[in-house]
Amino acid sequence: MNSVIYHICTWWLVTVSTGEGARAVPLAGHVGFDSMPDQLVNKSVNHGFCFNILCVGETGLGKSTLMDTLFNTKFEGEPTQHNQPGVTLKSNTYELQESNVRLKLTVVNTVGFGDQINKEDSYKSIVEFIDAQFEAYLQEELKIKRTLHSYHDTRIHACLYFIAPTGHSLKSLDLVTMKKLDSKVNIIPIIAKSDAISKSELAKFKIKITSELVSNGVQIYQFPTDDESVAEINSTMNSHLPFAVVGSTEEVKIGNKMVKARQYPWGTVQVENENHCDFVKLREMLIRVNMEDLREQTHTRHYELYRRCKLEEMGFKDTDPDSKPFSLQETYEAKRNEFMGELQKKEEEMRQMFVQRVKEKEAELKEAEKELHEKFDRLKKLHQDEKKKLEEKKKTLDDELNMFKQKKTAAELLQNQAQQAGGSTTLKRDKERKKNKEHMCTWILLLL
Amino acid sequence: MANTPRSRVNLLSKAISGTHSSTGGSTLLGYIGIDTIIEQMRKKTMKTGFDFNIMVVGHSGLGKSTLVNTLFKSQVSRRSAGWARDEKIPKTVEIKSVSHVIEEGGVKMKLTLVDTPGFGDQINNDNCWEPISKFINEQYEKFLKEEVNITRKKRIPDTRVHCCLYFISPTGHSLRQLDIEFMKRLSHSVNIIPIIAKADTMTTEERQEFKQRVRKELEMSGIEFYPQKEFDDDMEDKSDNDKIREAMPFAVVGSDKEYQVNGKRVLGRKTAWGVVEVENPNHCEFAQLRDFLIRSHLQDLKEVTHNIHYETYRAKRLNENGGLHPISSSDTQESNL
Repeated sequence: MNSVIYHICTWWLVTVSTGEGARAVPLAGHVGFDSMPDQLVNKSVNHGFCFNILCVGETGLGKSTLMDTLFNTKFEGEPTQHNQPGVTLKSNTYELQESNVRLKLTVVNTVGFGDQINKEDSYKSIVEFIDAQFEAYLQEELKIKRTLHSYHDTRIHACLYFIAPTGHSLKSLDLVTMKKLDSKVNIIPIIAKSDAISKSELAKFKIKITSELVSNGVQIYQFPTDDESVAEINSTMNSHLPFAVVGSTEEVKIGNKMVKARQYPWGTVQVENENHCDFVKLREMLIRVNMEDLREQTHTRHYELYRRCKLEEMGFKDTDPDSKPFSLQETYEAKRNEFMGELQKKEEEMRQMFVQRVKEKEAELKEAEKELHEKFDRLKKLHQDEKKKLEEKKKTLDDELNMFKQKKTAAELLQNQAQQAGGSTTLKRDKERKKNKEHMCTWILLLL
Repeated sequence: MANTPRSRVNLLSKAISGTHSSTGGSTLLGYIGIDTIIEQMRKKTMKTGFDFNIMVVGHSGLGKSTLVNTLFKSQVSRRSAGWARDEKIPKTVEIKSVSHVIEEGGVKMKLTLVDTPGFGDQINNDNCWEPISKFINEQYEKFLKEEVNITRKKRIPDTRVHCCLYFISPTGHSLRQLDIEFMKRLSHSVNIIPIIAKADTMTTEERQEFKQRVRKELEMSGIEFYPQKEFDDDMEDKSDNDKIREAMPFAVVGSDKEYQVNGKRVLGRKTAWGVVEVENPNHCEFAQLRDFLIRSHLQDLKEVTHNIHYETYRAKRLNENGGLHPISSSDTQESNL
């Protein structure tokens, strides 16, 4: 009887939990689909994994050293200078392989963060970078012909925020930056170079930091506690946040083992000793337990939020339940039509302007033509006047010439009469002389 | 720390937004733990469970329901469980989909079986593939709508048909005209796996000949059934899939009754001249089909559907002007903009 009730209860529970009217059916034998996770995993392994970490922190906090220590390798890179004009982000991609898992690891470093005198805009380049990665993914997702399954995902999955080990409280730059980043990326705050703080001070420091974060409403990444297998370890780790870490790539011989450590005259800080620092915890949480969850949170929470805001900004809306199917498609169409309408209006305007200009130019030209005609007429008239004057002058001159000729013939006649009474040779000479004179007179007159 | 394999690091610096670029390699001296991502992923997927949608097409009497029940070792199809045989054959092709949740080894699977009663049963079977094609495209459409939303669900419910089992009648001669037409039209929008049904009506030699002929006909008509040659990722895949392609279409026998054979209880069909054992590879190819379908290519079926068939549909849909549905309230939309 009890077993019957138990069976009914579990059956009911299964139906309720799966919902959608799916009935739970018992299996009569081994089917074999329990290999499904393996199939999925094999495919993913063949495909490779991506993981992108962003390290934010002031210069000199040991970001690069910590990355080297975390991933057990020497990532190449010169130490950066302290006099950068602004914050730039440098990212490097490495391919790591462990057994058969290939990981494309991208480490993004903030160069020059906190180095300026005026740090108001420090967080801006970081936010822009993160948004740019989301944007690239969104563009790929919105494409018509897309290759999402082979897309190299560059979105930031985890942001390690390095807090300077002052021992007192968070700097205002830290608070502002973390507040701006908490809705865009999973923030994991860590206390860098924590070997500068003693244990008791460290505990107080951690409490101060957590309370400041809470009072300022900064949402840091909480390790997930819903899966029973990791819930316990994750919840204990949650209470140890922020992790106090020490990074080192140098090895020191302790006992008979080589361990990563920092050697001081007063002792050696062992990186992987849990009593000395929280490095092991950080590595566990970041890589061994929650890497997949970090990636999932980035995709389902941060990226979706970005996508929603961006699409709403672009003017798209989800359709009402009784409206058309494609919000994006139809809004595209409508926008395109709007745009075309605007273009047409502009075209019309330009055409009008062109017609106007042509008219004006024509009027101008006509004016010029008219002027030219007038000028021509005036000149012609002048010319004619001149001609008339000249003709009159010529006439007067002719008249004078005629008069002179008459006078001359009269004088000659008189002279002839006188000559006939006097000598003939002198007459000839006189005649010649007179002729010459006549010639000279006519020439002079003509020349005039 | 446990004794771990030597890890290799290939430094392939690709500056995305910066200027630093260098290549080099160095050996690691310890274990990082990157390979735990496999475990993390497996745990996550087991928690969320899987959806699998399978469609069976073939005219009535070919044993579709029995086969599906045999494949999934449960009564997923209610037909054989007391379905009244004198129910009328539907006048047009209907699409009936039923979902079940089955669990095995901690893995939950929501199996949806899409049945197509009435396919090929009428006198005039013109365009009887159309309701099926419409159904498949409707599922793609539903998924696309969800994907295109501004506020999206965390997990978009996947009702797309991942696999279509096409049942070929064991005539012994060749494919029917209807078979070729159907497969030609649908092989580009869904993964089709052709199966020779009721294989116990043929002897082994007849079966081989029939298979050869069917394969040749499929090739001549240009029908690409799953696993499609063009989607083979690498040499390993290709050689595996080649072997499978050689053996397809699988000749199967389905049964949900158990009989005693040589002291073991096996699923089979009892005849006067012996028991046809379903899971005996000498008798029929059911075991091969099951291994292929469920144990090795289940995830691949889903991936090909998602990455190739769905993407083709999406690209086609987004390229169309105007879409399939008429604009109902265009003025309100304009005013919203």
